[in-house]
Amino acid sequence: MSNDWPLFEVFIRSRAGLEHKHVGSLHAADARMAVEHARDVYTRRLEGVSIWVVRSADITASDPGEAESLFEPARDKVYRHPTFYAIPEEVKNL
Amino acid sequence: MSAAPPLAAGPATLDGARLRYLLRLGDTSLVLGQRLGEWIGHAPALEEELALANLALDLVGQARLLLSYACELEGAGRDEDALAFLRDAPQFFNLTLAEQPNGDFAHTIVRQWLLDNWQLEIYQALAHSTDTRLAAIAAKAVKETRYHHRFSSGWLIRLGDGTVESRQRVQRSLDELWALTDELFTPDEVDERASAAGIAPSLTELEPRWSARIDQELHAGTLQRPARQPYPWHGKRGVHSEHLGHMLGEMQHLQRTYPGARW
Repeated sequence: MSNDWPLFEVFIRSRAGLEHKHVGSLHAADARMAVEHARDVYTRRLEGVSIWVVRSADITASDPGEAESLFEPARDKVYRHPTFYAIPEEVKNL
Repeated sequence: MSAAPPLAAGPATLDGARLRYLLRLGDTSLVLGQRLGEWIGHAPALEEELALANLALDLVGQARLLLSYACELEGAGRDEDALAFLRDAPQFFNLTLAEQPNGDFAHTIVRQWLLDNWQLEIYQALAHSTDTRLAAIAAKAVKETRYHHRFSSGWLIRLGDGTVESRQRVQRSLDELWALTDELFTPDEVDERASAAGIAPSLTELEPRWSARIDQELHAGTLQRPARQPYPWHGKRGVHSEHLGHMLGEMQHLQRTYPGARW
């Protein structure tokens, strides 16, 4: 039965103020059922206060074959990390 | 866990009625929870299996609270486990509908949906009971029951408004189980005594609310409400269908075979 159902990706927000995090996937007939299934599968131990689901088919992903051209160019640009700035004494809360 | 003494007072006094009322509520949750637990390993999809098991655990939790309160009132020194595992069928006071076998998934959904709607009305009203302990239990249970109802009504409508076969199966189960719904809102002396004392709601006042939501959800699922049938069922008086004894045989097997066995 579940083989006929589309796959959904599940995102759970563990506490108010935090972001939703991907926790896994499950099968459901539609989005409403996916939320219910997510509640039953992924929040049994008080893991969350909010659930998002999205059809896996609706996610556009980067191609692993293109990983080199997508991500390698960032490798030699360490100066993009903000660790090279001297922070003035007067600046608090940074 | 001690051996079960004979069941305490009948409904002749207010205390007896209160105890009997708690046993009815608790036993209905316990028996229904046990039935849902039978789906483990057999559900049509892994996700549904977890959903049914979650419902079962909520129900067993309700039973634990209600039956342990009953034990305190009874004052016979036994605990809720003794009530669950050492009573025979005639000492159970659950609604007859709750003990009906699972059948197919549609059958389980129909049974669940009818009882979820019943529990929803009962627990909402009991949250205002003059019995503050019972009111607190009901206030917790009503949150669980709202989710149970969301689950069962969702499936009822989905199956009813689904394929020709799913609609047929739901309608057939509805026709089969409908006769047992008369017991839900037919008050007897226990209900009346508890209601007069403000412990429990009046069943005849709750029935129209239950009926209205049932009609609304049947309509959404393109299903037909069966005609009213005569009332031959007395589970809440301890007179059960053939099914409860078999179910208890399995549920109580371990405790009966190895008395006092613990995890």
